Amino acid sequence: MTTQLPPGIQLEKVDERIMTLNVGPQHPGSGHMRLIIRVDGDRIVSCDPDPGYVHRGEEKMAEYRNYITNIPHLERPVIHDSCNILYPYCLGVEELLGLEVSERAKYVRVIASELNRFTYTLYWLAIYGIFLGHSTMFMWPAGDREFAIDLLEKLTGARVTHAYFVPGGVRNDLPANFEDVCLRQVNYLEKRLKTYGDIFYDNPILISRTEKTGVLSRQDAIRLGTTGTVLRASGVDYDLRVKEPYDVYDELDVHTNVLKHGDSYDRSKTPWLDMLESCNIIRQALEKIPKSGSVRVKLKPNPKGGNDEVYKRVESGRGSLGAYIVSRGKPEPYRVKLSVGSFRNLICMPYLLKGEKLGNMPAVYWSLNYWPVEADR
Amino acid sequence: MGDSENSEQEIQTKPVVEKQPDLPKFEKEQSDKITAKFGSKTEIAFVKPNRIRVNVKKEDILDVASFIRDELNYDHAESVTGVDFPEAKEIEVVYHLGSYTDPHLDKQVLSLATRTAREDDPNPGKDSTRLPSLRDIFYSVEFHERECFEMLGVFFDGHPDNRRLLLPEDWADLPPLRKDFAIKGR
Repeated sequence: MTTQLPPGIQLEKVDERIMTLNVGPQHPGSGHMRLIIRVDGDRIVSCDPDPGYVHRGEEKMAEYRNYITNIPHLERPVIHDSCNILYPYCLGVEELLGLEVSERAKYVRVIASELNRFTYTLYWLAIYGIFLGHSTMFMWPAGDREFAIDLLEKLTGARVTHAYFVPGGVRNDLPANFEDVCLRQVNYLEKRLKTYGDIFYDNPILISRTEKTGVLSRQDAIRLGTTGTVLRASGVDYDLRVKEPYDVYDELDVHTNVLKHGDSYDRSKTPWLDMLESCNIIRQALEKIPKSGSVRVKLKPNPKGGNDEVYKRVESGRGSLGAYIVSRGKPEPYRVKLSVGSFRNLICMPYLLKGEKLGNMPAVYWSLNYWPVEADR
Repeated sequence: MGDSENSEQEIQTKPVVEKQPDLPKFEKEQSDKITAKFGSKTEIAFVKPNRIRVNVKKEDILDVASFIRDELNYDHAESVTGVDFPEAKEIEVVYHLGSYTDPHLDKQVLSLATRTAREDDPNPGKDSTRLPSLRDIFYSVEFHERECFEMLGVFFDGHPDNRRLLLPEDWADLPPLRKDFAIKGR
């Protein structure tokens, strides 16, 4: 029987032993992406990640809008970490347009981006908890996340999609009494985070499920070009806030969290340690922030860049986040490329899942700190 | 008294040197190493603080990339970007390379750029828009090159897996990041 198949659709030969499983793209265990997993009994033989279910063409859209109107849609790939995804874009546009950001705005940016790291990582932790069957670890971070969101709402006016960073500073100044409220809530969050350590990271069930599963060696982590928490869990000391400090990170004391085993347990612990470090950074920034000053440079309408290109990167919740902007003397950028941590860590999946038990798939998958929407852009 | 007069004269007679813009020292050394090895095959497009850009022809990109990995210690690719230039009938592919193993290169990002021919009526994978793949040199480019293939139609020779990645399987239009693929209503 020869029926004409639509283009792109293939029939697959059914093997006797090997079975193909489509995990996703609407499966709650994978987020908005598909993993084509082939299993032999309970063991994964191969894994072929198939992202793109939520591809929205952000890079194409950016070529049609000017430098300022690009801001609200460029944050959409990861709305929980929207300050960090706009950060490299704003740094790049500032270099292209030759803008000087005031000292106070730089500190406000640090506070906002560290609070955003909180909201993103707590969301991720909640999902990681529920997929390992630890429903308390879903409820607690999801609830405590509200405190960080409340702070960001006070600061930016929106709960998740902030669109707060603009080339030349931030959109508006700190509200009255923000420093006190922020300090109080960050101290509270830090106390809560330490309880998470007791209930989750010292939990023998979690340890038995995640230890020595999906081990990524140091050499492989470097060779595959991984980034962020995945890289640091494999023993590579690389955090852009320390290695290539942007804005005022060189004036703050930032400690890099490096763990050495490279298994799912270490990969899930690094973001938690990062959140504890964020508390220290926010406290330092609140202490050092200049008490007054402008936070935004007045721009001409439709500013134009020269014939130049710029590549800027920051450390986001998922690792290094780079923005490559090519300008051709027009109000719109000629090309914007976001090099995101999730997309760079995607390459690990076939390596880590091969030979692993199918039941360990969520533990490995979510430990990669992977955000499908960000990878798809 | 006499001393000070002498010194004043000396200052006056000093030749006026036009100040050259200071190129960052470390980055200059790096780019000089590439120029010393490959000479006119490479073109150093710019040397800025922490950023170098090297343009090469596509025939030489494998040699230059191996040199950058083995002698300059860059060990991974951060991103691979395709840029379409319809006026020049060319597509540019830029590799942003970084290093985790060499502490001197922590801040450095080296852009390695090359260009290939562009056809007005593209047939991805079967026309002249192709480049050698760097996957054997920098393993981390694997998914980035796949993305570049589907978004701009640049086929990478030697890449084991030139399949679709983000776009739907039945996408039959132009590669979407080419400039002649227009968004409706814009």
